[in-house]
Amino acid sequence: MPDAKFLKFDTLALHAGQQPDPVTGARAVPIYQTTSFVFRDVEHAASLFNLEVGGHIYSRISNPTVAVLEERVAALEKGTGALAVASGQAALHIAIATLMGQGGHIVASASLYGGSRNMMGLTLPRFGITTTFVDPRDHDSMRKAIRPETRLVFGETIGNPGGEVIDLPAVAQIAHDAGVPLMIDNTFASPFLCNPLEHGADIVMHSATKFIGGHGIAIAGVLVDAGRFDWRASGKFPTLTEPYAGYHGIDFAAEFGPQAFIMRARTEGLRDFGPALSPQNAFYLLQGMETLPLRVRQHVANAQAVAAFLVSNPAVERVHHPDLPSHPDHALAKKLLPRGSGSIFAFDLKGGREAGKRFIERLRLFSHLANVGDAKSLVIHPASTTHAQLTAEQLAATGIGEGMVRLSVGLEDVDDLIDDLTPALRAAHKG
Amino acid sequence: MTTALTVDGHAVFATTGGVDFDPARPVVVFLHGAGFDRTTWRLQTRWFAHHGRSVLAVDMPGHGRSGGAPLPGVAAMADWVIRLLDAAGVRKAALVGHSMGGLVALDAAGRHPDRVRALGLCGVAGEMPVHPEMLESAQAGTSKVRELMTFWGLGRAHQIGGMVSPGLWLTRESLAVLERAAPGVIHNDLAACNGYKDAPARAAQVSCPVAFVCGDIDQMTPAAKCKPLAAAIPGSHMTLLKACGHFMMVERPDETLDALKAVA
Repeated sequence: MPDAKFLKFDTLALHAGQQPDPVTGARAVPIYQTTSFVFRDVEHAASLFNLEVGGHIYSRISNPTVAVLEERVAALEKGTGALAVASGQAALHIAIATLMGQGGHIVASASLYGGSRNMMGLTLPRFGITTTFVDPRDHDSMRKAIRPETRLVFGETIGNPGGEVIDLPAVAQIAHDAGVPLMIDNTFASPFLCNPLEHGADIVMHSATKFIGGHGIAIAGVLVDAGRFDWRASGKFPTLTEPYAGYHGIDFAAEFGPQAFIMRARTEGLRDFGPALSPQNAFYLLQGMETLPLRVRQHVANAQAVAAFLVSNPAVERVHHPDLPSHPDHALAKKLLPRGSGSIFAFDLKGGREAGKRFIERLRLFSHLANVGDAKSLVIHPASTTHAQLTAEQLAATGIGEGMVRLSVGLEDVDDLIDDLTPALRAAHKG
Repeated sequence: MTTALTVDGHAVFATTGGVDFDPARPVVVFLHGAGFDRTTWRLQTRWFAHHGRSVLAVDMPGHGRSGGAPLPGVAAMADWVIRLLDAAGVRKAALVGHSMGGLVALDAAGRHPDRVRALGLCGVAGEMPVHPEMLESAQAGTSKVRELMTFWGLGRAHQIGGMVSPGLWLTRESLAVLERAAPGVIHNDLAACNGYKDAPARAAQVSCPVAFVCGDIDQMTPAAKCKPLAAAIPGSHMTLLKACGHFMMVERPDETLDALKAVA
């Protein structure tokens, strides 16, 4: 008897979530640039509002173009469903707000994107949700940081800026032993390099602005649920297991089973907080996703070539790329990221902050800006930009050296990239 | 919204479509297919509950969140449904079943005609033979049977997507529900389908209104194998859904609901 032949990644990246338009025959995903959708009759309207039937009401809650993006990311991440929103930060906020309220607690990796760290460390405490940050490699500390009120363990597949690879099966076990889900920000890996849900994570989030789009023209975020976490057995998630007055007493876990989290995140999170993704931006991201596997393969190849070049350069003290044998997580990366560890990584220049500035000033192809995952190569020197206000000691405490530079290696010819880096490294080295 | 029922000493987990269960209203009982649970009916139950019926979308014994062991055979499951009606204080109900659940509903209606007021049979055929390798995989607890049930169950179009409810990826949802099934449940259910030969005889005994819902690309219970059953029940109505596989409740939820409204 033949095995099941599910569609594979490259095919899903092109097709998942879309049937050719039944009215016009349009092959491309139409942009449904509309705020609202006409009800067939009063009965249909009431049924939609009461979740009796599926469909669209208002584009703050769902939209046909956005829905294609959602299904496509869910398919590529091997989840039961997805929710697309206006930014990665909005995705993170809706996930947290769906899982907990005042008094909730999060255990998070200390190696996080600065925006996530700000939200958890500075902003959410004002609303009664606190976070304990732990070294993602220190599993004992992670376990000890979990409290009775903990509702989420959170980390990134590949940490920022040191490239720490989180041990997904081990950290998932720690979370599950405590009856809480593990959510992973998979932005740096993209679903092509890693599916955290296949390694024990329960929820994945993306800043779709990065590799999923790939073009740097649209901001978006996505949440994907594995549909595996048993909310009722945990007993810690009344938002999903107790009647919700906002929808006439609906019990999401009882009625929607593996779709409970996404349904609540949509029907409450998008309805009440409102960070809807525009159909136009969803369309841009879908265009990007069509070439995701092609792009990420080349990103990885270019990044590995650039990393190898940097390792042998006298201006460079250290390269933090998990694909290098010198990286402390190299063995783990080979296991969890067998196609490569992406193309965003940092390296330390000899000569500290001043060397970093000289390096940046001399680059021509690499764009100096605060984004990653673009088709074009990007660079930033944290000590002179995002972290310029910090002393050397404070920088060290956050794992950022004064001479640390972060690259997001793009899709240019790698020879041109190395030709751009060579004189910049020389300038940094010689002063 | 859920309701607390006990049958044979075991708790039955059932959702009620968001409205408190009231046995005084016309009752509709939803029965899931092999290895699945109540959530397969989420796009039909809420409509019925908000339109004058009382709904019980049950996890059969040993499935989902219900207690007890899975019941051996379709007839045993049908008898359990009658005991469920007793426990709920319901004299007569419409039974809506999918696949194995459809056989259970048919068997109950054939042998207990005084307890069944209507039937909605989705993805049902006169015989449901199961490939021996699927049974072996189910017995061994390997993933192959879950993958094949999903691959053959979902219509080809829906393996690409385009779900009516935004953002849901049905392939993975099917796998996730099947992965939650306790050891032995899928094998028990598939063996029940494989061994049940009474469908034609039970169809001949049915006297209540019946709606059949079939998918035109259903590979598990092809519409052609449903037709003899429909022909055996005078006055029954068969709806053939286009571009639809075996999971019509989620693949074509609105059309499935419309077909069921006519009888339930």
